Amino acid sequence: MILDLKEKKATRQSYGEALVELGKSRDDIVVLDADLSTATKTKLFAKEFPQRFFDIGIAEQDMMSTAAGFATCNKIPYASTFAVFAAGRAYDQIRNSICYPNLNVKICVTHSGITVGEDGATHQMLEDISLMRTLPNMTVMCTSDDTQTKWAVKEITKIKGPVYLRLSRYETPIIYDENTKFEIGKAIEIGEGTDATIIATGDVVAEAIKAQQELKQQGIKVRVLDIHTIKPIDTEAIIRAAKETKKIVTIEDHNIIGGLGSSVCEVLAENYPTKVIRMGINDVFGKSGTAEELMKYFKITAEDIIKQII
Amino acid sequence: MKITDIEELRKIANNVRKNIVEYVYKAGSGHPGGSLSSADILTVLYFNQMNINEKDCKALLRDRFVLSKGHCSIALYSILAQRGFISESELNGFRKIDGILQGHPDMNKITGVDMTTGSLGQGLSVANGMALTSKINHDGYRVYCLLGDGEIEEGQIWEAAMTSSKYNLDNLCAIVDYNNLQINGTIKEVKGLDDIEGKFKSFGFNTIVVDGHNMQQLIDGFETAKITKGKPTVIIAKTIKGKGISFMENKAEWHGKAPNKEEYEKAIKELS
Repeated sequence: MILDLKEKKATRQSYGEALVELGKSRDDIVVLDADLSTATKTKLFAKEFPQRFFDIGIAEQDMMSTAAGFATCNKIPYASTFAVFAAGRAYDQIRNSICYPNLNVKICVTHSGITVGEDGATHQMLEDISLMRTLPNMTVMCTSDDTQTKWAVKEITKIKGPVYLRLSRYETPIIYDENTKFEIGKAIEIGEGTDATIIATGDVVAEAIKAQQELKQQGIKVRVLDIHTIKPIDTEAIIRAAKETKKIVTIEDHNIIGGLGSSVCEVLAENYPTKVIRMGINDVFGKSGTAEELMKYFKITAEDIIKQII
Repeated sequence: MKITDIEELRKIANNVRKNIVEYVYKAGSGHPGGSLSSADILTVLYFNQMNINEKDCKALLRDRFVLSKGHCSIALYSILAQRGFISESELNGFRKIDGILQGHPDMNKITGVDMTTGSLGQGLSVANGMALTSKINHDGYRVYCLLGDGEIEEGQIWEAAMTSSKYNLDNLCAIVDYNNLQINGTIKEVKGLDDIEGKFKSFGFNTIVVDGHNMQQLIDGFETAKITKGKPTVIIAKTIKGKGISFMENKAEWHGKAPNKEEYEKAIKELS
């Protein structure tokens, strides 16, 4: 059930809290960080389980390969840093030491997208979905709220292989009530509108729902697909939306090249050719500003979605 | 199986060298130079030092080995064949489309390979993860990691060295195959790399320098590493690239090429 979107929490916070719960129930979980545990919230786990927390220092490449070493010995390592320092700086380690040997490493990154805010372009990772989803064996997830993130942090232990979980610094509305059922690889379908479908992922799913609610006032019935699993993607839900609704809009806090929009286009081009409007960061780097200012600047707010649909 | 007789170990190392030459020749490609320089190190590890069992190659408490210089895969495959982890017939598939022995080691395809390697500079970090697991589980197994001297130009090696030292990984023993040559020349020419021992020492390692072709010195080095508490050890093994084949010794050009028929026959003769 969808909540009223009034309460907010950043998914990095949900991650930190869920890790502590996971640590209580499983002793094969170890957590690695690269001097950012205050920001990634792994410090919550570190405080509770100091013997199973490893601060590898400002050495993300070392952290990824060390996590691989843990995984070869049957631990389940959760390795955390900012998205740009994982998928970017440590790409080769993720490729060769984690994905190729199909090791059970959970790469949980925070500070994805332009909603990082004031730190600016160097810290705003806009290419990670693209980089991570081309790696064989990798599952790619990007969760949209507190409830979904807490589910995902635990659920990914059931996958015997690498997972990239993309999280946010930005405080976004809590969308789902705690009884909501999620399934890896299955989109959440919100509403049954037939005028348009907004396919969204991560911290802009709330914007899609706000647009849906606003459009409803104007008599326009919109469906929202929350794609928390980008790989493997829910082809069935996407094809059905293309068949049943008049317009397809994708939105992501990521470059429109290679991310969610591209994934949706691949599915539709092969199965049910449909025009797709891709919203997101249009092949440019980010900039400094508050998250709210940047979302307006890069046109990824509910108002921008409404303009595309009307 | 623990062989303490030095002559016996030498014979095994000689067989490893024959395998290296033969299967690089048959594959028509591969890396003989650094494989030959590491043959004695691997022989001591797999026949004298490591707690492993070819009948239970995934035993949880076994010692681990990471070939960080993954291009010397044929040396690892040869020692695994000598030790009975893989059949000698499998060596025929080295680098071939229908074989399991990939150009660089693949832990999911090859029995006895503890980690997939190939992209240089990552093995010491992986070994740290293994050694940390041994520590927090109180499992007691040791972890060995063979590095190339050229390989330690990769910055990640030094990130990893800080980690080994921070966590006092005395169950970790790195070995540098110090043959002094990389593809483009000597390590000094290519990167100005010098005083490897001093560098590791300043990163908190116990350092031991040995002749990497002297079985007794290698054994003594590994035994000293075992009783050194509170810090990781690195054994700097001074070796000769292409060791054992007169025309390959100390020649950078033999880093990554296969011998032709004439060279192959000459090499095998020298090892007989």
